[in-house]
Amino acid sequence: MNIDLTNTTTRRIQESLTQARHLMGGPAVGMVLTLIIVTDESAQYDAVRAATEAAREHPCRVLTVISRDARGSSSRLDAEIRMGETGPGETVLLRMYGPLAEHADSVVVPLLMPDTPVVTWWPGGRVPKAPASDPLGALAARRVTDSYAARDRLGTLARLAEVYRPGDTDFAWTRITNWRSLLAAALDQDHDRITGGEVSAEPDSPSAELLAAWLEVRLGIRVVRSSSDGPGITAVRLTTKDGDIQVSRPDGRVATLARPGQPDRQVSLQRRPMADLLAEELRRLDPDEVYQDAVTRFAKDLSAATTQQEAEAADKSAAKKAAPAKRPGSGSGSGSSK
Amino acid sequence: MTDTAPNPLRDPRDKRLPRVAGPCVLVLFGVTGDLSRKKLLPAIYDLANRGLLPPGFSLVGFARRDWDHQDFRQIAYEAVKEHARTPFREDVWDHLSEGMHFVPGEFNDPGAFDALAMAVKELDASRGTGGNYAFYMSIPPKFFSTVTEQLQRSGLADRSENSWRRVVIEKPFGHDLKSAQELNDIVHRVFPEESIFRIDHYLGKETVQNILALRFANTMFEPIWNRYHVDHVQITMAEDIGIGGRAGYYDGIGAARDVIQNHLLQLLALTAMEEPTSFSSEAVRAEKAKILSQVRLPDDLSLATARGQYAAGWQGGVKVAGYLEEEGIPQSSTTETYAAVKLEIDSRRWAGVPFYLRTGKRLSRRVTEVAMVFQKAPHQPFSQTDTEELGQNALVMRVQPDEGITVRFGSKVPGTSMEIRDVNMDFAYGESFTESSPEAYERLILDVLIGDPPLFPRQEEVELSWRILDPVEEHWASQKKVDQYKSGGYGPDSSDAMMARDGRVWRRL
Repeated sequence: MNIDLTNTTTRRIQESLTQARHLMGGPAVGMVLTLIIVTDESAQYDAVRAATEAAREHPCRVLTVISRDARGSSSRLDAEIRMGETGPGETVLLRMYGPLAEHADSVVVPLLMPDTPVVTWWPGGRVPKAPASDPLGALAARRVTDSYAARDRLGTLARLAEVYRPGDTDFAWTRITNWRSLLAAALDQDHDRITGGEVSAEPDSPSAELLAAWLEVRLGIRVVRSSSDGPGITAVRLTTKDGDIQVSRPDGRVATLARPGQPDRQVSLQRRPMADLLAEELRRLDPDEVYQDAVTRFAKDLSAATTQQEAEAADKSAAKKAAPAKRPGSGSGSGSSK
Repeated sequence: MTDTAPNPLRDPRDKRLPRVAGPCVLVLFGVTGDLSRKKLLPAIYDLANRGLLPPGFSLVGFARRDWDHQDFRQIAYEAVKEHARTPFREDVWDHLSEGMHFVPGEFNDPGAFDALAMAVKELDASRGTGGNYAFYMSIPPKFFSTVTEQLQRSGLADRSENSWRRVVIEKPFGHDLKSAQELNDIVHRVFPEESIFRIDHYLGKETVQNILALRFANTMFEPIWNRYHVDHVQITMAEDIGIGGRAGYYDGIGAARDVIQNHLLQLLALTAMEEPTSFSSEAVRAEKAKILSQVRLPDDLSLATARGQYAAGWQGGVKVAGYLEEEGIPQSSTTETYAAVKLEIDSRRWAGVPFYLRTGKRLSRRVTEVAMVFQKAPHQPFSQTDTEELGQNALVMRVQPDEGITVRFGSKVPGTSMEIRDVNMDFAYGESFTESSPEAYERLILDVLIGDPPLFPRQEEVELSWRILDPVEEHWASQKKVDQYKSGGYGPDSSDAMMARDGRVWRRL
């Protein structure tokens, strides 16, 4: 069932939702959360589709906030309600014109499912400056960004790390769950002490940075980042005295696990579709401390690297007089105690 | 020089990381059976698809067929295509099927087991499975002793320091206490108790685990979960089908041994047990064993049990044969296809609260549920006429189909007069979660490979449940007559009469 409401109010949207539910014999009352999608017209389609698919696992009310023509002088709210065709749950597309777009939270708040968690998701490149203090982010227990879609990926991720609040998470982190799971399983087996590591990935990959940072935090080692042609992350190598434990995935589909003294083993390690990522995010609504550790570590490493670069640049310009440069190479010492 | 410290990449706060099985080989006996094709092989694929199987995981099929590896892969491929829950992905299948091997042979042929031993050793070398073997016995119990002896003789059962052996057996776990103990002795001669996994797929169902969540994670149910509020409990497993082609297995076993001994008594244990000290397998099993040992049969079994056989009739618009007319069933058979038992529990929580268990084939519809029926209000401010339509409040945990929870309570009928009628409030677990809720076998196979046994009954529980059921079976054996009941109906009249004697009625199926 599709209902279009133009130039409408939240009251009318609520009434239409209730009425539609009655007409359909009361489906989807077991909704477990409200998902707010903050997007624009161009990214809306894919995001809503992913949300609908994720809703099969987590029946929810999806509120899609689409701001249009924020410079216009008159405010207007158009709503499109979709129910019952694509799966459980309800989807409402809210198009906001004019100054109203600045006050989207005033539209969203009355439409939240009562007494259930709220998740806000910014698909596409519109990553908010600080998710937790964004008006729509502040409503949510879980705020999901995607630094990979931003123009300055690593800069965005570093900024997100700075403003981290419990409940923040990023798809760059969700994308590497399979990698982390495979690596953790590899270390479930007996192995020698790990002395170093390397993550190879396409350049500018926030996921690779997070994976490396996570390994650094958990293993207390230095992890080198090297770039490859991708796609995504292509290899992770952990050095032990016995030899390397290595997971490589050159084609983005099949990974090979190699470890000393054992035959190579292959396993499917696919890059994951957006609906998968979203469904994983909706599965746990508590703060992800492990992500916090990793992203904080990444930001620290990045700023250390930047300082070092600047120092080197300063070195060069100062010609011979070598300034006492900051200790090179990131905080492998400082974080390893964790 | 190995690192025995806990894995640094595992963090209890890191809930995204799933449990993944370590390297291993799963040896499947009876791979040609229905269960393998419809459940086990698809479940293994689903696990692989979800990334829960280790790289290099290998599956060895063993059966009396003249197949080579390719034939086995083809059969498995078809089974997966048809029955797997998750979408089919070529990559996943390719890697899974590379690890699939087939060893042909008879169970009493030592040569075949030597070949099997060679095959798994080779897999250790070529796929790095680390000498860890799980043996899945999807075979009739009469072959257990042969197979376990062969496993021992061929050296397959001997484990080295850093590897494990696990053996999985399917219900039925014997047909009475004595045979269950014999069966256990056979397996125990070769495998220690902690490496024996008894699979009862009902216990892998999400809803069964949800009973524990409902009871022990919430606060609103615990205060009423006792004799002060509960009038009685009905545990039902009804099937709309007959015995199908299972005449050879079913005749002589019957509904009580087939279903009550394991499924219904396990459901009873989960419903009635006290809170375990933790959710470790030991703690949960200890509570289950405790409650099962408190179960008591009423003194006069002729008043507290009922049984029947389905007669010919119409079921769901189809004309069906009666049990005695089924192929392979002797005319004189007294095997019951419907069984109902009244049980009591000697504990402070449950004294005086009867637990009614019933199961039957060819009933009106398929349903498995646990219904807590509450006492009537001791006093009603409403008049008798107002509440005529009001029954007893009930909390129903539906196990299948349409898993979920129903609460039944009274509500006012709209209008000027005060009339109160029963309404149902539904939480449909299955309505929207089914797509990703794993099949029971997926969960159980993964638990076997990981070595996590809370969902598997222990020998003690098996023996306790036979202790409960054996007197009933003896009582029935002494009676010659078995009631007939209409196919597609609600079971024999004697079962309704059993409830009526206590002033109660069965919930309508």
